[in-house]
Amino acid sequence: MRWSRSKGSLLPDASAGPPRVEPGGGRLRLLHARTRLVLRSFRNGAAVFLESRIGLLALVIIVLFAVMALSHPVLMGTVWDADIYDPVTGYAFDATEQPAPPSWKHPLGTDPLGRDVLSQLLFSTGSEFVLGITAALVTVAIATTVGAVSAYYGGLVDAFFMRLADLIIALPSISLLIVLSGLFDLSLFYLALVIGVLGGFGGTAIVLKSQALSIKVRPFIDAARMTGGGQFRIIFVHIVPNLLPLSLLYMMFTVTSAIFAEAVLSFLGLLDIRMSWGIMIHTANTGGYLLSGTRYWWLVLPAGASITFLCSAFYLAGRALDEVVNPRLSRRDG
Amino acid sequence: MMPRPGDAAVTHDLPLVEVDGLVKHFPVAGNVFRKPSGFVHAVDGVSFRIGRGESLGLVGESGCGKTTVGKLLVKLLEPTAGSISFCFADASGDEAPSEPVDAATLTGGRLRDFRRQVQLIFQDPYGSMNPRRTIYDTIAEPLAVQRIGNALDRVDRVAEILTLVGLTPASSFLFRYPHELSGGQRQRVAIARALVLEPSLVVADEPTSMLDVSSRTGIMSLMEQLARGLDVAYLYITHDLAVARYMCDRIAVMYMGKIVELAETEELLRHPLHPYTRALLSAVPVPDPEHRRDPPAISGEVAAPVDPPPRCRFYERCPQATSTCESSPHPPLEEKAPGRFAACYEV
Repeated sequence: MRWSRSKGSLLPDASAGPPRVEPGGGRLRLLHARTRLVLRSFRNGAAVFLESRIGLLALVIIVLFAVMALSHPVLMGTVWDADIYDPVTGYAFDATEQPAPPSWKHPLGTDPLGRDVLSQLLFSTGSEFVLGITAALVTVAIATTVGAVSAYYGGLVDAFFMRLADLIIALPSISLLIVLSGLFDLSLFYLALVIGVLGGFGGTAIVLKSQALSIKVRPFIDAARMTGGGQFRIIFVHIVPNLLPLSLLYMMFTVTSAIFAEAVLSFLGLLDIRMSWGIMIHTANTGGYLLSGTRYWWLVLPAGASITFLCSAFYLAGRALDEVVNPRLSRRDG
Repeated sequence: MMPRPGDAAVTHDLPLVEVDGLVKHFPVAGNVFRKPSGFVHAVDGVSFRIGRGESLGLVGESGCGKTTVGKLLVKLLEPTAGSISFCFADASGDEAPSEPVDAATLTGGRLRDFRRQVQLIFQDPYGSMNPRRTIYDTIAEPLAVQRIGNALDRVDRVAEILTLVGLTPASSFLFRYPHELSGGQRQRVAIARALVLEPSLVVADEPTSMLDVSSRTGIMSLMEQLARGLDVAYLYITHDLAVARYMCDRIAVMYMGKIVELAETEELLRHPLHPYTRALLSAVPVPDPEHRRDPPAISGEVAAPVDPPPRCRFYERCPQATSTCESSPHPPLEEKAPGRFAACYEV
């Protein structure tokens, strides 16, 4: 038996070829097969995620907040008059004194400047999502790349990024953000970038690097080198996809810390932001209502509770994702 | 199944790989701030030759350096000293050997071309595949890296080779993940991945040692059959003499980083020259409950090869050691009879 040495076919010259895989429409079929695989792994992951009560609870809370965020523009467009209900410039002419307690027209009352608290709360929810998710994406993009690169190259590259990470961990991040906000006008987007960069080059990079180290020594990395693939291919095709589950986990935790950092800075009045949960509490504080016990609860409680719930929801989602990602529990990792 | 003598002599005489004085030392516990306290002499002056389409067995105990030789040969490791040169057939398929290529000089694009000619089958069928990539991705990756065909050609090509390694129907394996396959099936995928580029040399690092016995013979006969069909040469690394006997034209026996004996398979197994080879052979189990085993000729264990003394590596355990052996350096690998090499003063 003799195979032709030409690059055309590996098959014995005499025998008939194997059945071709669906000649014609092959590209579509390839795409179809891939989509099916992605959907299947997503379904499996979702099943494990929802099996834990924690995951379900977190998801419910996050969806609830998402609905709140989406409802604000809808309400402003339909039933709310912009003169009265605008979260920043509105004024409740109907109330006799400000801050007014909850009423039918203002379910969560008004703040000391006569603005509707519910409107502020709903308006802020959207910004919190944007802030948290932007910061998380930036963190994960940086941390995954830095982790994979420093694990793969080791040596000086590794030493540089790890010492940088140590430096960032050693700096108290809130104080650093306070300094930065004094130097620059920090808008929501820049704040997200700064938090993302700090997280990405900081602790998250160390965690992902240690994971990348354990992936780097597995035989399939040598197998990838055997194909002749370059360093770029090995890092981004073989190491990074195996890091992504852990990255996703840390994404959730970053969302939590970003929302929290924003609340602290807004409370201190250091951000160039129109409205946020932190600013709502800040307004209550500057008017002297924060220390008056529970009498003006609607100024503090809605914003405070929202911060607490959304932060915990993302944290819990991270915990539940841990179940999906954890190699000891994962069904994918054989 | 066994090589046809005449045939083999002709093709095997065309050299494919020439290994000369290969050395690999690993530092012990060294880092940037601390000098290494010693060197593990994993491979210590190994020379051999593999002809076109020949399969050479590399046999030895765990830790004797046989895997390191394999990794050096495929350039996953760089040698401390010594040279490896390859003589690949011309791309035109001409039988005339091209200029020898020194493996040490290969970088960038030339290294990528080299990867096309020399492939590795890993010992561990579980760890050697990216768990997040499908069988199609795994086998098509060498094709993609080497820029052979477009995505659709590759699907056909992968389906072909899956059929060839006995994973049929191919379409039901294409989009599975490695963890959905059994060990034997995965090793077939690994073989497919190594052969899809139609290499000239495949280094097989104990490809059957982690499989259960029932899938072993299947994998071995598959590799044999493919080698004949594709004219692939093997460096077959194993600790199992029975496997080596089945797969290999010649066998090299390694001990502590040195080749101690090298000969045609049947010659070596029938008339072992080196005392270590004899000890290895006497340890092969015999399927006969009445069989009385002689007490082992050697005692003790393999010493750690950290900066070993310059004398014969086998001196401490050798039943025939003399004062010459103690005072002389490690014996050279000499041709004791035509085609029979051994490294021993007493043979």
